[in-house]
Amino acid sequence: MDQLNLIIPELFLTTSIMILLMLGVFYKNSFNLIFKLSTIVLLATFILLFNHSVDTSATLFNNSYTIDYLSLFMKALTLVACIFVMLSSFDYIKLIGINKIEYPILILSATLGMMIMISSYDLIVFYMGLELQSLSLYVLVSFNRDSYRSTEAGLKYFVLSALSSGLLLYGCSLIYGFSNSTNFDLISQNIDQFNTGSIFGIVFILVGLAFKVSAVPFHMWAPDVYEGSPTSVTAFFAIVPKVAALTVFIRFLYVPFINLVDQWQMIIIFISLASMILGAVAAIGQTNLKRLMAYSAIGHMGYALAGLATGSNEGIQSAVIYLSIYLLMNLGIFSCIFMMKRKDIFYEDIQDLSGLSKNHPIISVCLLVLLFSLAGIPPLAGFFAKFYVFMAVIKVEMYTLAIIGLITTVISAFYYLRIIKIIYFDDPKEIFEIDKNLGLKVSLFLSTIIILIYFIYPSLLIDMVSNINVI
Amino acid sequence: MNFPILSAVTFLPLIGSIFILLIRDSSEKAINNTKYVAIFTSFANFFLAIFLWFCFDTSTADFQFIENKQWVRGYFNFRFGIDGISILFILLTTFITPLCILSVINSVKERVKEFLIALLVMETLMIGVFCSLDLVLFYLFFEGGLIPMFLIIGIWGGPRRVYSAFKFFLFTLLGSVLLLIAVISIYWITGTTDITQLLEIKIPKEYQYLLWLAFFSSFAVKLPMWPVHTWLPDAHVEAPTAGSVILAAILLKMAGYGFIRFSIGLFPVASDFFTPLIFLLSIIAIVYTSLVALMQEDIKKLIAYSSVAHMGFVTVGIFTLTKQGLEGSIIQMISHGLISAALFLCVGVVYDRIHSRMISSYGGLAHITPKYAVMFMIFTLAAVGLPGTSGFVGEILILMGAFQKNILVAVLASSGVIFSAAYMLWLYKRVFFGKINNNELKKIYDLNKTEIFILSSLAFLTLFFGFYPDPLFRTIDISVSELIKNYEMNLAFYLTEAAK
Repeated sequence: MDQLNLIIPELFLTTSIMILLMLGVFYKNSFNLIFKLSTIVLLATFILLFNHSVDTSATLFNNSYTIDYLSLFMKALTLVACIFVMLSSFDYIKLIGINKIEYPILILSATLGMMIMISSYDLIVFYMGLELQSLSLYVLVSFNRDSYRSTEAGLKYFVLSALSSGLLLYGCSLIYGFSNSTNFDLISQNIDQFNTGSIFGIVFILVGLAFKVSAVPFHMWAPDVYEGSPTSVTAFFAIVPKVAALTVFIRFLYVPFINLVDQWQMIIIFISLASMILGAVAAIGQTNLKRLMAYSAIGHMGYALAGLATGSNEGIQSAVIYLSIYLLMNLGIFSCIFMMKRKDIFYEDIQDLSGLSKNHPIISVCLLVLLFSLAGIPPLAGFFAKFYVFMAVIKVEMYTLAIIGLITTVISAFYYLRIIKIIYFDDPKEIFEIDKNLGLKVSLFLSTIIILIYFIYPSLLIDMVSNINVI
Repeated sequence: MNFPILSAVTFLPLIGSIFILLIRDSSEKAINNTKYVAIFTSFANFFLAIFLWFCFDTSTADFQFIENKQWVRGYFNFRFGIDGISILFILLTTFITPLCILSVINSVKERVKEFLIALLVMETLMIGVFCSLDLVLFYLFFEGGLIPMFLIIGIWGGPRRVYSAFKFFLFTLLGSVLLLIAVISIYWITGTTDITQLLEIKIPKEYQYLLWLAFFSSFAVKLPMWPVHTWLPDAHVEAPTAGSVILAAILLKMAGYGFIRFSIGLFPVASDFFTPLIFLLSIIAIVYTSLVALMQEDIKKLIAYSSVAHMGFVTVGIFTLTKQGLEGSIIQMISHGLISAALFLCVGVVYDRIHSRMISSYGGLAHITPKYAVMFMIFTLAAVGLPGTSGFVGEILILMGAFQKNILVAVLASSGVIFSAAYMLWLYKRVFFGKINNNELKKIYDLNKTEIFILSSLAFLTLFFGFYPDPLFRTIDISVSELIKNYEMNLAFYLTEAAK
């Protein structure tokens, strides 16, 4: 029983979800209370993560649930990201009228699902976490039920995601059939490199996972869902689930399938290249900021996957660093989108930013830093993120991947520059309301400042990540 | 001496810009305060750089004032240090920036505060390029300069500023991306990006060619060399005066410095192999862009094309790989830094008054603005390379170097001197002599005190180094000799290795 203390955060989160649900049902109009309590619950869960020592490495429940440094780091990242998304979206949720008690509770249960995914060491546990997360997300996407776009996005996401989950499950069953086990360790021992059936299984699983991180060619849902769902949900989508999806990617590739590197490496390289290219090219014509961020996310996942494609520990670490910095940049950008409102109407077209620098110099400087960082221009943090990835990529001599990847950064720099051009070079429009929400300001300034001064002490993040040893 | 003087020189402008950023008031008084802070910081930095020059030991070729701090753990360190070549560029940067700031205060009316911040940040990044002793650090500063320059062109530029700013940014970024790949490859090949160590480690021959090309792609765009020079005329024409000055006087020199420090220092075999390519491109640049300059109707564009031609001289000089050629190109870069800065400032003077850069809208200015005409004459002649100006010293040395190496190249390059006389003097004739045809010109007035101060300090240095270039030579002499010696030793080493 003493092993249970390793999963106290998950247990705490589960109990809190139930208690909050009861509280919400019995108290009328208690959205504010529930929302604030949920944020506190997330914070408490985050603190509880550290109730065991950082370098614990253990597996529970018949080797089906693992607690190691990777899972700890990723869970912490998920929870922190989730807290900031909650803080920054509070006003938005109330203003567009989706302040129902289910909203924070669904976010909590999605987070719980992600935590289970991150720690899963068994196909069944993994699938359970995935479904818990996906079901909560389906509802969240269509949460603004009076809006056609939101409902449409929800339906689209549901249909496509269910299909991909089906494929994933099919892959899992094939793997189970050919390796006699659902446990990651046993699969890695039993799987046969030359068996067509197990290779089919891997392909199906990779398709499902690629869908979750919105990598090309399974990215079609992302732009519609990003654009259609309420911005608070888009922010959540853009920031939080990526962590869990990437962790699962790392686990699958490097634990059960590690002996089949030659088979999956080609697939990952292709997915990565295609995502980078599409993310760079398709974003150029966009006019909606949220849609643009969707394409940008596709491109950025391409870079993270490039790190994974290397098949080395440096590669994994660089992908994790990339993800951490990317989340931070996204948080800043979405905080800015939350600030674009006049008279309680939110604007999300790029053109609405026109001449922002005249009216709102501070927000413009923040956006400037964030966008240049997304484009990967030194000395901002985004450059270091790309730098580590390409360090890993070039180390294993994948020069084609490196060259194409860096050329796509130049292409994608174009559309980030276009936004900067609109902010700084164009004529001003009407003034936006200055937001008084503290959470929003904190998340914007915090992310901007960290991005800006990251270069002073880059070793911190490297040290944190250097303990991740999956292989 | 433990005081980190190089970091101080590099980051002082940044600190100044943070102070300006903190001034949140927009009253008259606050704006004046920002101006004083900017002027004070940049001049203080200039004197600090002079002090650095005094402390600098010219009797050794080693890197001096070395600072070494752990930075990105496990990968590379933060390393600063200078030798005789870099200190001149640092001096140039710290000298030009205060003049730019003065000119901005004199002529820019809109968003002065932001402009000053951009200029000071730019100064930090530029000095950082010349100080860094680590490839990654160098790349960081080299690329970081894109951000403020993009904003300077885009916010304060002319009518086609957006196009020019994008072209400038994307051209340079595309070139630099390959540089980044090369830097990372060097790290994995040799295990370090520390320049002092890399100069001793011999990079295997088979890698050198590709790495050299990757470095070349970045520097060629930045320098710029024909045929990737097309961003430069656009950027110059649309940039505000101070932007053009920074661009011509310092940004272009970063590439020349890169060629000297990295291409020659790290890849001797490839440098030797690719010399004909460099000569070919440089000669095309000199002859072709000179002819193009002859046909320009826009004064700024003319000077921009002449910059390309002058930089063509610099690359010829560098890749003669003789002592005269290399010293000549360094002197040429410094003198071009002074002269082109002065010419752009001169154009800025009349542009501020009647808002036209077309040659045809001027004519007969010598009657109305005699002081201005004198100043412009000095710089025109310096650009032509008249003996007695700093332009002459560089050109003659480069040609001396080139004659030792390849007579054809030297002859063709010499033609550039004649061309430059043709387009510069013709420009002067059209702008300053003849009758006054344009009524607008009547309201033009002569230089004010700030402008006289800016231009005469540049003129003084141009003439001073024309008559007495010895301080420059004394500073670079040992470093250049050492560079050549190392280059020849390395080349011989690789050749004997190949013979075995």
